[in-house]
Amino acid sequence: MRIYLDHNATTPLREEVVEAMLPMLREQFGNPSSTHAEGAAARRCLDAAREQVAALVAAEPGDVVFTGSATEANNSAIHAALAGPGPKRVVTSAIEHPSVSEPLAHLEARGSVEVHVVPVDETGRLEAAALAAALAEPTDLLVVILANNEIGVVQDVPALAEAAHGVGAHVHVDATQALGKIPVALQALGADSLCGSAHKFNGPKGAGFLALAPGRSLEPFVLGGPQERRRRGGTENVAGRVGLGRAAELARSELGERAARARSLRDRLWEGIQAKVPEVRRNGSAEHMLPNTLNVEFIGAAGDILLEALDLEGVAVSAGAACASGSIEPSHVLTALGRTPEQARGALRLSVGHGNTEAEIDRVVDLLPDLVARARAVAS
Amino acid sequence: MTASAVRPRVVVGMSGGVDSSVAAALLVEQGFDVVGVTLHLAGSESRCCSLDDADDARRVADRLGIRFYVANYKDRFREEVILPFADEYLAGRTPIPCVACNQHFKFQHLVARARALGAEGVATGHYARIETEAGTGAPRLLRGVDPRKDQSYFLFDLRPEQLARIRFPLGGLTKDEVRAKARELGLATADKPESQEICFVPDGDYARVVEELRPGAAPGEGEIVDEAGQVLGQHRGIHHYTVGQRRGLGLSAEEPLYVLRLEARHNRVVVGPERGLDAQRGRAERVSWTRGHAPPAGRPVQVKIRYQHEGAAARLHPTQDGAVEIAFQEPVRALAPGQAAVFYDGDEVLGGGWLAGRVP
Repeated sequence: MRIYLDHNATTPLREEVVEAMLPMLREQFGNPSSTHAEGAAARRCLDAAREQVAALVAAEPGDVVFTGSATEANNSAIHAALAGPGPKRVVTSAIEHPSVSEPLAHLEARGSVEVHVVPVDETGRLEAAALAAALAEPTDLLVVILANNEIGVVQDVPALAEAAHGVGAHVHVDATQALGKIPVALQALGADSLCGSAHKFNGPKGAGFLALAPGRSLEPFVLGGPQERRRRGGTENVAGRVGLGRAAELARSELGERAARARSLRDRLWEGIQAKVPEVRRNGSAEHMLPNTLNVEFIGAAGDILLEALDLEGVAVSAGAACASGSIEPSHVLTALGRTPEQARGALRLSVGHGNTEAEIDRVVDLLPDLVARARAVAS
Repeated sequence: MTASAVRPRVVVGMSGGVDSSVAAALLVEQGFDVVGVTLHLAGSESRCCSLDDADDARRVADRLGIRFYVANYKDRFREEVILPFADEYLAGRTPIPCVACNQHFKFQHLVARARALGAEGVATGHYARIETEAGTGAPRLLRGVDPRKDQSYFLFDLRPEQLARIRFPLGGLTKDEVRAKARELGLATADKPESQEICFVPDGDYARVVEELRPGAAPGEGEIVDEAGQVLGQHRGIHHYTVGQRRGLGLSAEEPLYVLRLEARHNRVVVGPERGLDAQRGRAERVSWTRGHAPPAGRPVQVKIRYQHEGAAARLHPTQDGAVEIAFQEPVRALAPGQAAVFYDGDEVLGGGWLAGRVP
């Protein structure tokens, strides 16, 4: 039996989600833009899903735009916020997901945008002084990741948003990794736009969304159809969005127990590792962290080899950042926290979620000492 | 324990070519728990594990139903293979980076990785054989049976403790048999063309690569001289030349002139008539022995002085400093410093070293 401890990469579908999606793949094949009964039925399902997503992030249904992924939502929000004439100024953090950092770098290279990257401290939180300095002049856009995917550190977004609004910035929050793990309310965060993706909370892949604060409009970003109020054209992935909606509903109603369960398993894992494996350290602020995430540096070990050794023993975890060929590079997030590339190579990310048990955690804790010792022997 | 847990595990270095694909397939057939690993060695612009090659290897692994990983060694490859390659050219030698790549990546880093993955050893798609000597149980490195594909030349610096952990499943097969096997198994790589050039110099333009790797380090133009020191012309930088080269010198002379030596210290290319390439004695440095020790001095052997060389009869005389003086029975042509001299006793690779040049 496999033990899956990589829920920050993606999550298994909940049975309830599969059940909600199946009719859309079979009977309810209509095009939501069609006037006839088949179209209207599909449209109703889409509207229901939109309400479920809106409820998850405390937004209005009309302000929820479905996308194909959170990556698309981040790209679209960035391009829309920076549309229009004149040079633009952007503030962002050093530990954004590539779906934020790469479009920003691209725009900067084209010369139309000036990007200020705010460093993080050794716990992974944005440095307050640097942030204040960056937001001391008029700014068009602040983009910040609510909870980092690799280390799970949660930023104080309400405070960041307040400062950004003070200099006129649009605040876009990448909440992809936070949804289903901590409360996420668009207006309480101070976000003008916020995005997420179903597959991070037990929904299907290929179903993301962008939610807007009341009164905020969005430049259309896929032209060619009336869908999503003309903001994102293209015939809808109805089944995916229905799955997203159902997963959002489950995430909202179960949030408290889910977080408590994840925290208990994650803490059991960390305590076990500390007891059994010498020379380990935890990356990221333990105080401001997602309940399910554990980023551990096995000092002096090769993390990619440890990942492979665990995989061969039936345990799925993650290490660093996978490049296009599938090989692993040291994490830019950990180096942003001040870890050297060598230190970053020793880190593994273990993220728990639906279906994990105490017995699985104990099995992993039993496996690790021997595998870590072997992965250390390679590095030396 | 499940049945699969007791099968011995072997890591196969999979390049995405037909040879390593079949090597993995044969080990699967022999009942091993095979784990495929592609070494990501250079950037995706080169052919050392390009994205396409990694994808090909992954497809073969899927077809064989084995686990597969891509291991990142880009930084180390640059440090341990690519930059030394450039430095050899700048020092007036003609390097063969494949030997260092084999030694460091396939048989050190990959062997260490295999151990961490609980594997007994490593296999590759090289055309060479390892046999266990009756009685002593010691491993012996032998030529591959296909004389056109034998790659033992590139493996001469393997040591006994490494040979004990390595498998070459293709050593007893010909290339045609390997391709036939790949087709029979429906492997995507069955008809993939051979790789010929050095993988990180896909267009064969070594000089340009050297200049890019060590910007400003090439001394640039200099004199082409004959053996008497008379200036015959100008060269474009010694890293453009190799010992034995005739074309591209831009000289007109009564008889064809060949590069005899590259004198990095004086930034000179020394040329002369073809007979000046003949060497009766050579010197190989940093010699290693596959049995862990040198054979008795004066032992008659065959010596290959480059990969395509058919081999020449010689006697070996180890020196105090870990080098070997090679006394050839008949003169050999164009001993190029930087190339390897590999010593054979029949099919067995005894060892080898790096050519330092002619011995007067």
